[in-house]
Amino acid sequence: MATTDLVLETSQPQLSRRQRLAEKRLPWIPIVVLLVLLVCTAFAHWLAPHDPTSLNIINSKLAPFESMEHPLGTDVLGRDMLSRLIYGARTTAQISVTALALGAIIGTVVGLVSGYWGGWSDAILMRITDAALGFPTILLALVVVVIMDPGPTAIILAVLLTVWARFARMIRGDVLTVKGYDFVTLARITGVKSPVILWRHIFPNVANTLMVITSLMVGQIILLEAALSFLGLGLSPGAPAWGIMVAEGQEVILDVWWLSLFPGVAITVVVLAFNFFGDWLRDYLDPKLRRAR
Amino acid sequence: MWQFIGIRVIQGIFTLLVISLLVFLATRLTGDPALVLLPAEASSKADYERVKKQLGLDKPLSTQYLIFLKGAVQGDFGLSIRDRRPTRDLLLERLPATLQLALAGMALAIVVGVPLGILSAVRRDSIFDKGGKLFAVLGMAAPQFWVAIMLILLFGAILKVLPTYGREGPENFILPSFVLAWSIMAGIMRLGRSSMLEVLDSDYVRFARIKGLKDGMVVWKHALRNALIPILTFSGISLAGLLNGAIVVEQVFAWPGLGRLMLDGVLQRNFPVVQAAVMASAFFYILTALIVDILYVYADPRIRH
Repeated sequence: MATTDLVLETSQPQLSRRQRLAEKRLPWIPIVVLLVLLVCTAFAHWLAPHDPTSLNIINSKLAPFESMEHPLGTDVLGRDMLSRLIYGARTTAQISVTALALGAIIGTVVGLVSGYWGGWSDAILMRITDAALGFPTILLALVVVVIMDPGPTAIILAVLLTVWARFARMIRGDVLTVKGYDFVTLARITGVKSPVILWRHIFPNVANTLMVITSLMVGQIILLEAALSFLGLGLSPGAPAWGIMVAEGQEVILDVWWLSLFPGVAITVVVLAFNFFGDWLRDYLDPKLRRAR
Repeated sequence: MWQFIGIRVIQGIFTLLVISLLVFLATRLTGDPALVLLPAEASSKADYERVKKQLGLDKPLSTQYLIFLKGAVQGDFGLSIRDRRPTRDLLLERLPATLQLALAGMALAIVVGVPLGILSAVRRDSIFDKGGKLFAVLGMAAPQFWVAIMLILLFGAILKVLPTYGREGPENFILPSFVLAWSIMAGIMRLGRSSMLEVLDSDYVRFARIKGLKDGMVVWKHALRNALIPILTFSGISLAGLLNGAIVVEQVFAWPGLGRLMLDGVLQRNFPVVQAAVMASAFFYILTALIVDILYVYADPRIRH
């Protein structure tokens, strides 16, 4: 792991604002990468110099920097690489965020219910969780894609099916601890209803864990989404998605190497950024969790 | 001990049953299998009824499922829609390739990952440790399909030293098994390093040092054994990743294994083949997970009780 020095929130009022920021050891490079991703997602239609799907056979297979019109070159069909990369960021973000948000919500609810009530509901929910955790994701995805038609919904569902279980498992573990605290017992004695206890007393105490798992899961979800797109299991061919772009470049790799190179670099950099950011968040919010990994 | 194994076997069978139900329903949900088989034109109602009867689709769903299960146990999921070959033959033909690849990948991950992890812990903060960390971090972030393509470009096209498709000789294994193994190797390295550091810091290792044992002896005799336990667990968990990876790797390197059979089956809507391949993968996956669990009990006597 990165460093052994824990970031402790000691109150030292004499520190300047800048020093306090330095104390937190914010991971600047990952943050910048994530901001770039965010900006590309939000403003793809303004940032992209060209339409990512418009064909232009005359200008096909332009090398990077060969023409300023297409700074990163063009693909076999003459589509602008830079524009496709920017729109690819949007595709990745849309799918990952949807799958992640749904997975976090479902997983948290299952974890809260399972951990708080225990008994039969816990036993059944945890067996289902085990089955989902222990099953290779792409296999599940294949089954999903067979049932549904390929498309973003199929990818989201496939990712969702495996993601929620990781949340459920971790949240449940936390709930089991929090459940034993005095304030929960007191709330119960004074007759507070279970849903209120779960929402007002237990959930705020597992929110840190939730944030940490979320940030650590993003990278894996992006990789999974990219792999499914690459295999042709998700979006329609030609869609601006990084996985599809790598696949398109594979056929002509000897001829136009940059087609596969750039989207792959994009995926790697974004996943790296999320992983580093997740590591930092985990150490920052909860030094205890660091040992658990 | 036996009770533990018994429970795990029952759990495994239960999971397989759930998966088989899922696979069975999946093909029924996507439409009428009889219609898939019939040519769109020139099919009368009588033809339809005949095919339906032939496929056993006139029976109630529960009976169909039982028949499906009976076939599944024998690896028989009917004929491949594409080339009319029995799925069992296809499975037997493809299985060895995937098993070899998975074994090679796992072996590579362990043989490289464990020593690198231990060395990183023993020579902490050296250039070696830092290089190892970079290697591990990249291995977890770079998508396998892309790494595979880049390696093909580098070693196959530019340097021309390694074959990039097929599986004739041992040199064919180098690239695919490395791609398959990299992320698992990275996990093993990081885990091996941290658990080794923890063990090196423990009282009994310190005692061995105070006793005057040489460093090498301490690492080999005392620390290594306990540091290996989490690695064993991790290897068990990585099996799912191995299977995920196999599908991608087989696709890129044109490896004639189960993963490609499965993928082609899906893309061609060849349901019997998909069923067969998914069930076979699930079976092997659960079987290996079971074996790892049993090994785990042997390796760590503490959990026997």
